Amino acid sequence: MTQPILLSDAEKERRKIKADDRMREIMAAYYMEAKLPPKERKKKIAWITSGGPVEPLHVMDVIPIYPENYGAMIGASKMGVPLCEKAEEMGYARDLCSYARADIAAAEVQGGPIGGLPEPDMLICCNNICGTVLKWYEVQARRFQVPLFILDTPITHTRFNDDMRRYVQRQVKEYIGFLEEVCGRPFDYDRMAEVGRLSIRGQELWQEILETTVHKPAPMTCFDAFFHLAMIVTLRGTQTAVDYYQMLLAELKERVARGIGMVPNEKYRLVWDNLPIWYRLRWLSNKFMERSACLVADTYTAGWTSWLPLTDRNNFLGFLGESYARIFLNSGTDLMAENIIRIVKKYDAQGVVFHSNRSCKPYSFGQYDIQRIIQQRLGIPTLMIEADMVDERSFSEGQIETRIDAFLETLK
Amino acid sequence: MDPFKRIKEIVADPYAYARTWKKEKGGLVIGHFCSYTPVELIASVGALPFRIFPGKDALSLADAHLQAYCCNPVRGALEEALRGRLDFLEGAAFPHTCDSMMRLSDIWRLNAGFPFHADVILPVKTTGESAAEYSLAVLQRFKKDLERHFKRTLTTEKLGEVLRVYNRIRRGLERLYRLRSEDPFLFGGGGLLALTQAAGFMDPYDLAEEVEGLVERFEKEGPQGRSRVKRLILSGGMCLMPDLFQALEGLGARVVWDDFCTGARYVEGGVEEEGDPLQALSRRYLQRVVCPAKHAGLRSRGEYLMEKVKEHRADGVLLFQLKFCDPHAFDYPYIKGLLDEAGVPHVHLEIEDPHTFGGPLRTRCEAFLEML
Repeated sequence: MTQPILLSDAEKERRKIKADDRMREIMAAYYMEAKLPPKERKKKIAWITSGGPVEPLHVMDVIPIYPENYGAMIGASKMGVPLCEKAEEMGYARDLCSYARADIAAAEVQGGPIGGLPEPDMLICCNNICGTVLKWYEVQARRFQVPLFILDTPITHTRFNDDMRRYVQRQVKEYIGFLEEVCGRPFDYDRMAEVGRLSIRGQELWQEILETTVHKPAPMTCFDAFFHLAMIVTLRGTQTAVDYYQMLLAELKERVARGIGMVPNEKYRLVWDNLPIWYRLRWLSNKFMERSACLVADTYTAGWTSWLPLTDRNNFLGFLGESYARIFLNSGTDLMAENIIRIVKKYDAQGVVFHSNRSCKPYSFGQYDIQRIIQQRLGIPTLMIEADMVDERSFSEGQIETRIDAFLETLK
Repeated sequence: MDPFKRIKEIVADPYAYARTWKKEKGGLVIGHFCSYTPVELIASVGALPFRIFPGKDALSLADAHLQAYCCNPVRGALEEALRGRLDFLEGAAFPHTCDSMMRLSDIWRLNAGFPFHADVILPVKTTGESAAEYSLAVLQRFKKDLERHFKRTLTTEKLGEVLRVYNRIRRGLERLYRLRSEDPFLFGGGGLLALTQAAGFMDPYDLAEEVEGLVERFEKEGPQGRSRVKRLILSGGMCLMPDLFQALEGLGARVVWDDFCTGARYVEGGVEEEGDPLQALSRRYLQRVVCPAKHAGLRSRGEYLMEKVKEHRADGVLLFQLKFCDPHAFDYPYIKGLLDEAGVPHVHLEIEDPHTFGGPLRTRCEAFLEML
């Protein structure tokens, strides 16, 4: 086994991404505002799925809250197991998505790192990421007795057709109507144009940030991207996200210029597929780092930029439905394989690590086929880790460590 | 003689039925997996819609494509295809329901090697004007796909005729369901189970005759008011367990209704026979009893079940939870709450696959019935 690389404090400090602190401040302020009593807050709250159309909410001054982001926070703070168990006590099967279980239980016991999410005034569910969110949001709509809007985005198994296009476009109009009714005022289309511009700008910056790791050594790893992702998920369409990402991008560019890599002696470049294993980010990051392997890119964080090519910046609302419908996760297994192949080539990676995530069936089923397609097309080794994004009970440390070692051996 | 003898024989070997049908009729067979498949369109181009159920053997080939945390019906159906047991198929149609079915479509398309493959991505929410318009467009597109592949025009007249045949089937099956509820001793539940299973793959014209023959027979015999028995409703996804019915009957209980996609959810709700048949068909799929993977409202599933409990004076409800079936698992706490509130006894039974009625399941059923 490779000997761990010990870094001095000064070296650690040199490698640390300085923008991290600002990120924490922004996220804290975001949750603090949302947690204010409704009278002080003066804004309505919508719970929305991570791939949901958030921009119209900003237009209506509604604070978007992402139970999935909270799920990630619960996972990262290692608070997942008791909450998942609580959900199981409530009758939700252990096989269900751990974000959903954690959120349902957190709502029941005001649990998790910020003592529960602020209660929603409405729920916005877009099924472009899975069918699970539909059921999960039904549960929460019954609990909180608030209106639920569903944006139904047909999957592109092979081709996105005109019927789908018309269906999602019509639903965007229904969505605006829904918001006007719940908020009790007309929709401001001029403001929509501005929010749309900010959303696209944020996505472009996020794309540029992710692309900095094309450089060797990569100035960050996907574990850093998992952290900085929260901004594009939760504050997409705001100036805050744009400003922050400009700052982060500048820092990463400077690292590139100075040749500062995140992994000392970067030797192997890898791609990650599926959601992070939130409660083991540091452990996994260290495991790979100790072996001079850098996870330079991933399919997950790139998911928030995958609709960029489809967006018409002069008609944001007109393309909103289609952009959201055509995210990579809402596409066929072979299209997902093509996406990984593109990423591997772009980032000059030598292998792919798949997280077979018990919580996420649409992301995980098909991975075995994708693995085969990649091996056939690129002839590079791949690794399959079976775990769960929040529920630590599905993580077998010894087994996973052995598999990582064996995999890295094949790269030599 | 068992009035369901022919049906039970057919159900014992569906593949043989499909092969014989193909030979005799010279038509093609299109596989499907779900009661949301617009089988009426498939039948209208002269093909046989064939519902594929998981096999009963241990899985091996499917393991290379689907993780162990995928449900048995999806893995089991893939296994059948990969083993070449479905070689009589021309291909399959995949209506969009749950995430697992959605990925099965991809994996099937990449590996099963059939000439025909159709994704019928009907809306997930069944209410609202946009969903109604889209649903019709999906059916129109599927119709065109079939016409192109089968090189024949699907006429309005033919579709209208086929819809009327399916209406006869559904009306007849519903009549049998109601007769059984009026007099649960009129015929055993195993027969009706076989009949609804056969409805997934039998030639609709053949099936309509069979169903109507049974209706006539049992109406003649007539319900005789033998309704004093422990009356049960079964709820869940798919159920293919004849042993379950025998066991329940042996324990002094009778099934009076169900909420299975292989049962009443398929049976209830006909197609309007007036007007444009495709529009009528689209409305039927939007208005039918909802699958938990679809959204017809926050309470539609619970209300349906409670209505059935009341209407059929059920003494208890058996809730079958197929392992890894997420849509059903999400609904369970809500449905449990409704049953508790109404004081209706119920039991939650987790099953690994839709075929096996094993010892532990029997024991739990026994314990539940003793409590009633």
